Formats: sequence, structure tokens, C-alpha cells
Amino acid sequence: MSKTTGKPFQLALVLLSIAATPAFAATEADYKAAYAAAEAASKEAVALRHQWTTTVSTLSAAKKAADSGDFDRATAAAKEAEALAKASIYQATSEKEAWKAMEIR
Amino acid sequence: MASTIRVRATSNGDITEVQALIQHPMDSGFIKDAKGELIPAHFIQELKFEYNGKDVFVADWGPAVSKDPYVKFSFKGAKKGDEIKISWVDNKGASDTTTAKIS
Amino acid sequence: MKPRLAILLGSVAAVLTALVAASPRVVAADKVDPAADAKAFQNFFFQKFPKLKPEEFVNGPYSMDEGLKRQWQEKEEFPPYEFALDAGKEMFATPFKNGKTYADCFANGGIGIRQNYPYFDTREGKVITLELAVNRCREANGEAPYSYVKDEMASLTAYMAFTSRGKPFDIKIPDDPRALEAFENGKRYFYTRRGQMNFSCASCHVQSPGERIRAEILAPALGILNAMPIYRSEWSGMGTTSRRFVTCNSQTRAVPLEPQSDEYRDVEYFLSYVSNGLPISGPGARP
Repeated sequence: MSKTTGKPFQLALVLLSIAATPAFAATEADYKAAYAAAEAASKEAVALRHQWTTTVSTLSAAKKAADSGDFDRATAAAKEAEALAKASIYQATSEKEAWKAMEIR
Repeated sequence: MASTIRVRATSNGDITEVQALIQHPMDSGFIKDAKGELIPAHFIQELKFEYNGKDVFVADWGPAVSKDPYVKFSFKGAKKGDEIKISWVDNKGASDTTTAKIS
Repeated sequence: MKPRLAILLGSVAAVLTALVAASPRVVAADKVDPAADAKAFQNFFFQKFPKLKPEEFVNGPYSMDEGLKRQWQEKEEFPPYEFALDAGKEMFATPFKNGKTYADCFANGGIGIRQNYPYFDTREGKVITLELAVNRCREANGEAPYSYVKDEMASLTAYMAFTSRGKPFDIKIPDDPRALEAFENGKRYFYTRRGQMNFSCASCHVQSPGERIRAEILAPALGILNAMPIYRSEWSGMGTTSRRFVTCNSQTRAVPLEPQSDEYRDVEYFLSYVSNGLPISGPGARP
């Protein structure tokens, strides 16, 4: 009995610690990985001629936070920049056909 | 250099309507240039319209007036063919003057 | 069972009719037919604004709002682009260091030709805008090129547009697959959503002309380039078509392209072509 009740509790603890980790322990390595991913997505958006101004400004905010040693904020901003860049790539891809819906014919 | 002042004055026999456009940067002193440095204030302080040696319109301007300002007003007592004189002085001491015939 | 079958059959029939109805449009969309596109484009605006005469569309927001129109008519007695126009006239007449002038570079001495730009150069396989032609003229005569967005370029083209006022846009698409491709690319650019705001050019200038965006009234896409270059009060100065494209892009939070990039040239080609027949009204004044 004691075994079965203990397991979910342990699992919950593990999950909680995973979810909470980035909030208080972003390292320079975390930031670098997040920034590299964001930069790659951003470059793809530029190549598609669909870059957003907010991707650019969020990327530079990440860099600025990292320069001042705030890796929590830097990592969060880099992740946001990556999400923005990915959204712009999605826009570029879906608009390849979707633009026709707006056309006057 | 052409004059910085464009004027048109028309009379309907009783009232003379004057319109003027003045070329001037009218920098407020609060705007930054591309390098992020403040552009120093540079604006017209006094604009004057004279008819027969008498002031008919005097404006004391400040930095809040827009670039290349436009003015329109009317006054009584002038005849077609008469001349009006327009002049401005800015905060750096520069000035310009021109005259226009009322048509 | 029976009612279900009926519904099923009914929906199959509906799908079939939808397919039949849709198929000619699909075929039409894949074939590039600029003349048909221009006709449809103009008809859309004529039907949306039945009270306007075709030539009134070139006045942009002033054709959409009575109060704004009255203010503008008064302003036109003393237009804000007058200084730029005078400067442009002087620049146009001033010879280069080698003694030649702009008149040597253009048909008809550069007077009254705005309505023919942009044109498709079949030798180069690209769209040539007036601004591009001006800078090529300068470079061919050993002069440094001007900025494509404002100042000298806007003044010079303001004068060239002024000498062309009233002449109908006469953009030609030569029988060249690259010209059709440029037109098609321009059309795609015009309708493609971009930027974080997810706006296309058409979101404002096809779907919402006459509506307000903050304090401004949106201009219709039809005839929008006929007024270029423009003095914008917001800029406190003159700007070219490139400047307008750049600011439109950044307002939708899209990183603007380089002025005179292929995309901008193509969209200018498309937009000018679909306004064929409407008179040049540039230089314009806009809020």
C-alpha cells in the first residue's frame, strides 16, 4: 500500500522541480543554447524575407540582459525571440498559398 | 537662394485675405537626430506683417509651432495694388523679409 | 436510416457543386492575366465607392472624407510641397559637372513622363522605377546617387510628377514571361500578410479604405501611387514610394526591405498597373 501511494507523490515532486528549474537557475550555458536556437530561427525568417521587428528587438534585449549577467532574463528573452521567429516562419510558409484568399478577382 | 517666405494677399474690396508659408526647420530642441544627439532649438520668434508702416499681424512664436509654418488671416483697410511687408526673426538672430502686392 | 442517407447524399451534392463552382476560379488564379486583374481591381473600388468618380481615387484619404477634403482643398492653395517642388525644378535644370542634365537621360527631356514609370526593362529583365532611373542617370554622369527615400530624390521626382499631372497612368506589361512574373510577384507581395500584426497591404488599403486607423483615414489602394511623391505632415517632409513602403512595413512590425529591392519594385509595378487610366496627381500632401 505504502508503495502505491508514494509513487505519484514522488512523480509530482520531480515534475515540480523540472518546471521550476529555469525560474531560479538559468546558467550562461542555458542562455547560450537558447540564444543560438533563437538566432537560427531568426536567420531563417530573414532568408524568407519575413522577419519581424519584435524578433530583432527581443534578441537584442536577450543579449543586453546576458551582458549584464542576468541569465534568467536573457534566457527568457531568447526563448521569446525564438517563438517570435518561429511564428514569422509559420506566417511566411502559410502565406505562400493563403494570400490568394485576399485577392480581388 | 529663393526667399523663405511665400505670400498671397487678395482683396475683395473690403477685406484683404493674407496667406503665407514660411520655410523654416522650427526645431523644438527636444528632438534627437539619427545619432541620438539633441538637435538644438531653432525656431521663429517673431513673425510680422506690415501695411503702410503699421503692424497688421504680429505673432510671437515658440518651439511648439510646426516646421514650414503656414499662416492665414485677414484685415480691413487695404486696397488692391497696395503692398504688404512680411518679416521674421528666429532665436539664432537670422531673419528674412519680403513684400507682396495685394491682388 | 433514410433521413441520414438523404443528408449524406445532400452533402455530397453540395461538395460537388462547390467543386464545380470553384474550379474555374482555381484555373483563373493560376493563369497570370494582368488586364483582367486590373479590371477586377478597379471594379472592386468603383463598386465599394459608387459615388466617387474614377479620377477622384488619386486623392487618397481626401476622396473618403468630406471634412478632410475641405481642409485639403484650402491647403492646396498653398501646398506644403511647394518648397520641394521649387528645389526640384532648380535641380532638374542644373547641369551635372560634365555639362549634361537629367533631360539627356529621359524621353521627352524628362517632362511629362511620370505616368510611364515604373516600366519593365526587357534587356535587364527587371522593373525600373523613376527613382532608380534618376540615380542611374546620376551615376552614368559621374554624380553620387541620392537617397531613395527623401530629400533630393523626393524633390526631383516631385517636379517630374508635377509636369505629368493629369496624364493617365500608362504602365505596360511587355510580352515577356519575366514581366508577367514581376507583376505576379508584386501582386503576391501586396496580398501577403507580414509582420507581427499579420497585416498585408490589402488589409488596410483594400479591406478598410475610408476607415480610421488611429487618427488617420486609410487611402484606397486604387490610385494610391498616382500621388507620389508626397509631403506627409507626420514626416514634416517629402517622401518617395519607397519611404511609404518602408514605413508601412515597420508599422505592421515587419522588418522593412531595402528601398528599391526587387519586391518593392514589383509591388510598385503591380500597383501602378492596376491604376492604369487614373491621372497622375503628384506631388501630393498627406496628413
